[in-house]
Amino acid sequence: MSFLSILYAILFYAATILLVAGLGRKIAQYARTPAPLKIPTMPAPTTQTGVVLRVATEVVFFRQLFKSNKWIWLFGWMFHMGLFLVLARHLRYFTEPVWAWVVLIQPFGKYAAFAMVAGLAGLWGRRILVERIRYISAPSDHLMLALLLGIGLSGMSMTFVSHVDIVGLKAFLLGLMRFDWSHSLPSDALLLIHLLLVAILMIIFPISKLLHAPGVFFSPTLNQVDNAREKRHLAPWAAGLDADRAE
Amino acid sequence: MADFETPSFREYPTIPVLQEGIMNNGGPFVAKPAHNEPLGYPGELVDGWEDKAVAKLGDLASRYRSLQVFLDSCVKCGACTDKCHYFQGTHDPKNMPVGRQDLLRKVYRRYYTFAGKYFPKLVGAVDMTKEVLDDWYTYYHQCSQCRRCSVFCPYGIDTAEISMAAREIMDHVGLGSKYNNEIIVKAQTVGNNLGLPEPALVDTLEGLEEDLLDDTGLEIKVPVDVHGADVLLVTPSADFFAEPHIDGLMGYAKVFHAAGISWTLSSYASEAANFSMFIGSYENMKKQAERIRKAALDLGVKRLVVGECGHAWRVAYSFWNTLAGPFDFLDPNYPVPQHIVEFTHQLHTAGAIKFDKEANDDKVLTFHDSCNVSRASRMGDKPGGQYRLPRDLLRASANKFVDMPRDTIFESTFCCGGGGGLLTDDLMEVRVKGALPRMEALNHVIQENGVTHMAAICAICKTQFAKVLPYYGMGMDQIISLHQVVGDALVLGAPNE
Repeated sequence: MSFLSILYAILFYAATILLVAGLGRKIAQYARTPAPLKIPTMPAPTTQTGVVLRVATEVVFFRQLFKSNKWIWLFGWMFHMGLFLVLARHLRYFTEPVWAWVVLIQPFGKYAAFAMVAGLAGLWGRRILVERIRYISAPSDHLMLALLLGIGLSGMSMTFVSHVDIVGLKAFLLGLMRFDWSHSLPSDALLLIHLLLVAILMIIFPISKLLHAPGVFFSPTLNQVDNAREKRHLAPWAAGLDADRAE
Repeated sequence: MADFETPSFREYPTIPVLQEGIMNNGGPFVAKPAHNEPLGYPGELVDGWEDKAVAKLGDLASRYRSLQVFLDSCVKCGACTDKCHYFQGTHDPKNMPVGRQDLLRKVYRRYYTFAGKYFPKLVGAVDMTKEVLDDWYTYYHQCSQCRRCSVFCPYGIDTAEISMAAREIMDHVGLGSKYNNEIIVKAQTVGNNLGLPEPALVDTLEGLEEDLLDDTGLEIKVPVDVHGADVLLVTPSADFFAEPHIDGLMGYAKVFHAAGISWTLSSYASEAANFSMFIGSYENMKKQAERIRKAALDLGVKRLVVGECGHAWRVAYSFWNTLAGPFDFLDPNYPVPQHIVEFTHQLHTAGAIKFDKEANDDKVLTFHDSCNVSRASRMGDKPGGQYRLPRDLLRASANKFVDMPRDTIFESTFCCGGGGGLLTDDLMEVRVKGALPRMEALNHVIQENGVTHMAAICAICKTQFAKVLPYYGMGMDQIISLHQVVGDALVLGAPNE
């Protein structure tokens, strides 16, 4: 293994640990924190099945965002769906043999990158051009878009412009996964940039606004059943207060 | 009229250009020790409030999943930025939902996130300073906790939750608003927001019975503290004296009379409103809800019905079971609690009461969906019943009814501008400006459809509209209670046994 390979190997082990542990910690925190009151945004489903559908509709179609602002919805949805397909396509670098469905979506995954990058550009354009959104943007909001755009563009360059030793990359990655460190990372500049940016993204995921990904599943306004009258809802810390009820 | 300009109606929907700091007016009158201490808060701003406020923020985030998730999840997409009526009316960017949230979020980030601790400038994190506290006090008292933003946020982030938390934090360091805290003390000691003691209440209700006798020639009762009545009616105390609320109360009395159902008010729990929700205090909200439980037990009633009040219905529908339940001592054949609109609707559907629509032919009606009814509670057994039932009643009791434009009603309804504990004269400017979107929608149906009256089912909405309608060139009597319309059309003395 070359020095560079060792560096990247360490980087990716560290990034993976930080991503999984950080995200696990936040998810545990969200799950542990009680929701003492029933606060679904109405009208809300009256059954648990209805709630699953509601949250699924939000996660897949961004329903409330669609209602809210068609431009943000268009760019945001293009980006996220593009990213989803691109990520799915990337599974081919981590599986041997490659799963049939991953082979099947390969062409879609390749071109979805354009949607992803166009969506990001649209979002960034709005962040700069629309006064209200400029006002609420911190430097990190711009950097986040730059980072994602950097990942998208460097990745696309490797797919469509200047091919890299993808077979060598796959051997390296499978090696990392199997703790077999005999394969070196190909040293194409584009690839190194792409991987570095991805590692940064993985590291900052659990300490940034990217927490909206687990957050949406825990949002009480979306995931609560409208049944307050039928079923008494009581948080553990609030239950203690019933003890001093004067009757 | 005042030292600010009433906004003018817009030809077509426009998104305001930002005017930073335009509403930086110092906030409402600050509560005195006498208003804070009975609620368990320090009398005035305590020493070391900076650290205490930060600690309270952490405490609340660990007890409220909503707060924790909402503080973390915002991606600053901007979808909510034009959705708040206060932003539309004032153009102040700190009245954009995300702008308002960020006042708290930037402190959360500074003390509770890795990025904010080590790279504050990068993520817009700031220290807890006097300047921040002043902004909190000002702008968290320009939020009516109407939840309209939560309808439009891709993660359902509800600014009301943030604003309640901020007020709770401020109360815990001794900085409360006089209007809210003074009222809560009255409700917890006397039993209602007005501080109306039992003899005065009884006297007022006797006067009402005389008015009803004059109007109808019938002995329609407005009973109080009657043991063994079937129904305990809990209604906002504004119904006892304010216009147009009182006509709504007379409407309820007529419905009970016509249906022949025995009912009573309680002098101990003579208030449906629960302002403790506005200051985000679970403990105080529970205290007020427990008064109603106790009244129901003491009077031995079978059912609980709630009068026309928006946030009271939220607390009753969504929180009572949690705060003061279980209500297993009441008749299980009826939902606990029931809204007066559900109550009347059920009677009408069952044919137990009849309407003479022509009685309201002098009016062309529209209906204002109150925020807390629309976005924080329900009526009937299906989602959306909170929109359908009141309209059913209006259509059944009047010939002429039109709705305001779709994007200003139902779940997208605009706040009256006075909700969430802002209904005080020291916040008149924000109340008038915040009413703009609703006034525009009302003006639209007045111009297009000749609407004469807007019915509402919320005491705060009614008071607010009576006050701000004249600022927009409309009459204060154009706002009426839904149960006034119902009561006017009700056929009294019809056989119903």
